[in-house]
Amino acid sequence: MSGGHAHALHIHGHTVLHRLAPEVKIAAMVGGLLAIVLTPREQFWAFGLYGLTIIALLGVGEIPLGFYLRRVLVEAPFVAFAVFLPFLGSDPTTTIAGIELSIEGSWAAWNILAKATLGVSLSILLAATTEIPHILKGLERLKVPSLMIAIAGFMIRYLEVVTSELQRARVAMIARGHDARWFWQARPLATSAGAMFIRAYERGERIHHAMLARGFTGSMPKLEAADPPRPRWELAVGFAGLLWSVAVIAMVVS
Amino acid sequence: MHVPDGFINAATSAGAAVVSVGGLATSLRMGAARLKEKQIPFAGLSAAVIFALQMLNFPVAAGTSGHLLGGALAAILLGPSMGVVVVSVVVIVQALLFADGGVTALGVNVLNMAIITALVAWPIFRGLVRILPKSTGSAIAASAIAAWASVVASSIGFTAMYAIGGQGGADLGTVFGAMVGVHALIGIGEGLITATAIGAVLAARSDLVTGVADLELRSTSNAPSKRAAGTFVGVGLAVAIALVVFVAPLASSSPDGLESVAEQTGIAETAEDNPIGGPLADYQVSGVESEPAGTALSGLVGVGITFAVGLGLLAVVQRRRVDA
Repeated sequence: MSGGHAHALHIHGHTVLHRLAPEVKIAAMVGGLLAIVLTPREQFWAFGLYGLTIIALLGVGEIPLGFYLRRVLVEAPFVAFAVFLPFLGSDPTTTIAGIELSIEGSWAAWNILAKATLGVSLSILLAATTEIPHILKGLERLKVPSLMIAIAGFMIRYLEVVTSELQRARVAMIARGHDARWFWQARPLATSAGAMFIRAYERGERIHHAMLARGFTGSMPKLEAADPPRPRWELAVGFAGLLWSVAVIAMVVS
Repeated sequence: MHVPDGFINAATSAGAAVVSVGGLATSLRMGAARLKEKQIPFAGLSAAVIFALQMLNFPVAAGTSGHLLGGALAAILLGPSMGVVVVSVVVIVQALLFADGGVTALGVNVLNMAIITALVAWPIFRGLVRILPKSTGSAIAASAIAAWASVVASSIGFTAMYAIGGQGGADLGTVFGAMVGVHALIGIGEGLITATAIGAVLAARSDLVTGVADLELRSTSNAPSKRAAGTFVGVGLAVAIALVVFVAPLASSSPDGLESVAEQTGIAETAEDNPIGGPLADYQVSGVESEPAGTALSGLVGVGITFAVGLGLLAVVQRRRVDA
């Protein structure tokens, strides 16, 4: 689910989407998603328009289709969930091709599938066109508390280190013949989780010492990331405005 | 249990977001007051560990595996306020970077996975370590119970939000029975793994466990004993059964909730976000005369099947992941 390789999320490029200031992209994404979530599920045409918008953005951002489709698979578990709904939903039911389907359940399944896919697509677009330090900087400019930015920064920076450390511990266990298939064999993994925490503390201490040595005085430096001179807010307003107009029309006609 | 966009309606998501921002702001204020400057890297690394643990697969059965949710572990190790902040950071980064959980559902996800888990796990843990004899064994037992309760509370939180603004088309008794029933089982795993991990930290660096920082613990054991683990699993199973049989029908908004629980126990997720379904062909188990007893029994069977189908789906998903 939560894939570990941060670098695999980003597609290097120099398109408009890549150059756009991160805070603009995040704001546009949240604004647009709200419109999508509010759209009545009966208005298929609106979702068609949203889909076309996503496809257009994929083109503008020069995101390879294969990359996009692979990444969309993160929502696969919820697709499976939605697939069950027509069979489990409440009455009344309708019969299609000899199979009894709940009408409400089918609507719910469509609703979840459409909106979740659009949401995942926008997240993929953001991550694919924005480097991680830029996303953090965007959040900082959007007034997310600095303590959270600092924690997120350390987390992302060391995620790969921690993940590969866990992976090495696991490989070592397998090398010693530990191949856990049942829950009661989980103990060595759980104790290594505890060990990872102790290592996190010790590594945190080393990092702090290194920071002090480099002249840290108690406040985190502003994140450094090269970014365009001027946030083009009109693009965020335009994008969110477009989706909102579709959503409002959909609400009015339904 | 990362909720995607469009699963919970906009008004409920917005309400959850307001509550989450409030909870997070409070935690930040409390946490920042206590957080010494040198602990910032540590908090970030703890977030990385929680993130990594959510990717680490623990065996469940026959080669399938699930992962730790970590809310209770973070609260016990770091204290409730830092626990909330750290798990929230994990959830937010997962949504923004990994498309794991919807961005408009962030309020729902932070509330369920970061805030409710910490708010439930911490008082239970602290209450138990105060009542029980002051020993590491007690702290380990307390963390198992706190972790179990945090997972169940989180699934109840999900059900409550589903009741207010869910877009599922399945009725409330069904969702409650499936979500809470299945999570009462998942919670047993979460409890044992959390307890074992806490035990490992207590053995090496008990000063790092914020939940026992002010207590002198006599060192007794550093791992859940076989007997204690057995008791925990037994009691956990009993509570899971009680939840499905007695509480789920009450949670239903419709008068025939008892039947529907059994009939439709197909709507659920596992800790892996894995939606699982196991519709029972009929809600009456043949050979059981009394109707309520029959429906309760099939409710149990439903949760069992739901869990089994979930494991099956996990096995499929994981095989694919290994191939990839």
